[in-house]
Amino acid sequence: MKKLLISILLVNLLAACASDKPVEPAAAPVVAAEAPAPAPAPEPAPVPEPAPAPVVVVDPLSDPHSVLATRSVYYPFDVSAVQEADKPVVQAHAKYLSEHPNSKVRLEGNADERGSNEYNLALGQRRADGVKKMLMLGGAKSGL
Amino acid sequence: MLLRVFQWLVGSLFLLHVSMASAELSIEIIGAGEHQIPVAILPFGGDGKLAQAINDVVVNDLLRSGLFRMVDAAGKSPHEIAEVSYPDWQARGAEALAIGAIAVQANGRIEAKFRLLDVVKQTELLGQVVSASDGQIRAIGHRIADLIYEKLTGDKGVFSTRIAYVNRQGQYFRLVVADSDGYNEQIVLSQNQPIMSPAWSPDGSHLAYVSFETGHAVVFVQSLYTNQRKMVAGFSGSNSAPAWSPNGKQMAIVLTRDGSSQIYLISPDGSGVRRITFSGAIDTEPNFSPDGQYLLFTSDRGGSAQIYRMPVKGGLEQRMTFGEGSNFSPRHSPDGKSFVYTHLVSGKFYIAIQDFQTGQMEILTEGGWEKKPSFAPNGKLIMFASEARERGILATVSSDGRVKQRMFTQSGDAREPVWGP
Repeated sequence: MKKLLISILLVNLLAACASDKPVEPAAAPVVAAEAPAPAPAPEPAPVPEPAPAPVVVVDPLSDPHSVLATRSVYYPFDVSAVQEADKPVVQAHAKYLSEHPNSKVRLEGNADERGSNEYNLALGQRRADGVKKMLMLGGAKSGL
Repeated sequence: MLLRVFQWLVGSLFLLHVSMASAELSIEIIGAGEHQIPVAILPFGGDGKLAQAINDVVVNDLLRSGLFRMVDAAGKSPHEIAEVSYPDWQARGAEALAIGAIAVQANGRIEAKFRLLDVVKQTELLGQVVSASDGQIRAIGHRIADLIYEKLTGDKGVFSTRIAYVNRQGQYFRLVVADSDGYNEQIVLSQNQPIMSPAWSPDGSHLAYVSFETGHAVVFVQSLYTNQRKMVAGFSGSNSAPAWSPNGKQMAIVLTRDGSSQIYLISPDGSGVRRITFSGAIDTEPNFSPDGQYLLFTSDRGGSAQIYRMPVKGGLEQRMTFGEGSNFSPRHSPDGKSFVYTHLVSGKFYIAIQDFQTGQMEILTEGGWEKKPSFAPNGKLIMFASEARERGILATVSSDGRVKQRMFTQSGDAREPVWGP
């Protein structure tokens, strides 16, 4: 069975969220859930400088071996519940968000074109809402 | 009966490529009506270039309907009844004959006088003057074609109507309004965020549509005269699937502000939001019946996407489609007796029509990527989105499934077509 895509694009406060357009926008709803950021947020260290002997604390978000490196979960056709195997991924992101209240996440629910655009929009929205609910259960705060 | 079968066979092998003035637009017609009326459209008199341009529009409109066969008019071009020799046209097999002349008035307006003659009875069926400003030559042709079509078939013509669709080129989206033959395009909105679900107000003065320009789906209503627009629904979550009530005073839209996608009523000015479905499943793509009493919509409450019907005032929600596959995007026929929708089965999309009374469903197309059907105002043609030569194109099929045409518009993909008034 062909799997469908839902991408969780974790957008650090530092990372410019410029490339987060839906892959198939005509069919892709966008849910933006932003953790409330206390103004002016102290920013973590930016891109490591090529200075001698820097002490860089690696954010688990940018560690390619972390479970957080997984940013997309997939669904079977016409299904909108997070699959059992993908739950640890969403839960790990929830934990990260609860520990980093200044971080923001933008949720995008996508569906392939096996429906009308309107139906796919609704399906993608329901998928994104499911992930949002899981993230909030895990301690993340809704930005909306 | 044998003749009928023969006509149909010939018709289905017949593929006409109408090449018109613009190199950017081409239309292919496949199939033919059950009874094609042989008609001769004679070159109109007057200004040669103008007359030719108007003649071409009339001939192409009639051909596109699939209901007419053009009788060669070579060598003969009377412009007045007195000059018409009926036996000549009977010999050529024409049943009807159109003659006329074009004149340019002192104020620049163009006037077309034309007559439609019954070759068999040797009588005048119609005599009319159609005029327009010089920028509307095509409109004159469409009007004449409508009059001929109506007189000879008994149904209203739709050549003067307009369509709306979304053109996509990469990440660039344009909301387009055009004549029903694809010409005379006007760009209503142009942006690098998705646009979808255009919907005509019943009087043709406004378009409602969904735009993602603010980062999420929001419903706008825009005037086609002033281009002014208003956000009708911009609630948290998705705002989508706008549909107008037949009197234009109410809209049905889909919101997720209270959870899953549900149907709401709203005024076209954005006031008076009221939820009318409470399924908790996906309810979307509402469409009003012509009498304004019912809505058809898509819902997955039964496990897969199917078409349902409910009274606008609330009450029994009835499932309309059964059987294998799923179904989307329902739209009532103008007479309210049937509805069209997108039928998905075994990975292929088809355009299907279903009779309300018998519940019988008929598939009108070959299947592939065929979506989002909508009726022409006369109920005789259905426009839908299709794909050919790896492009999104507009296509039409007659409501009896016999005549099909494919319209290759300008570059990019044409999507989300909807036939307007």
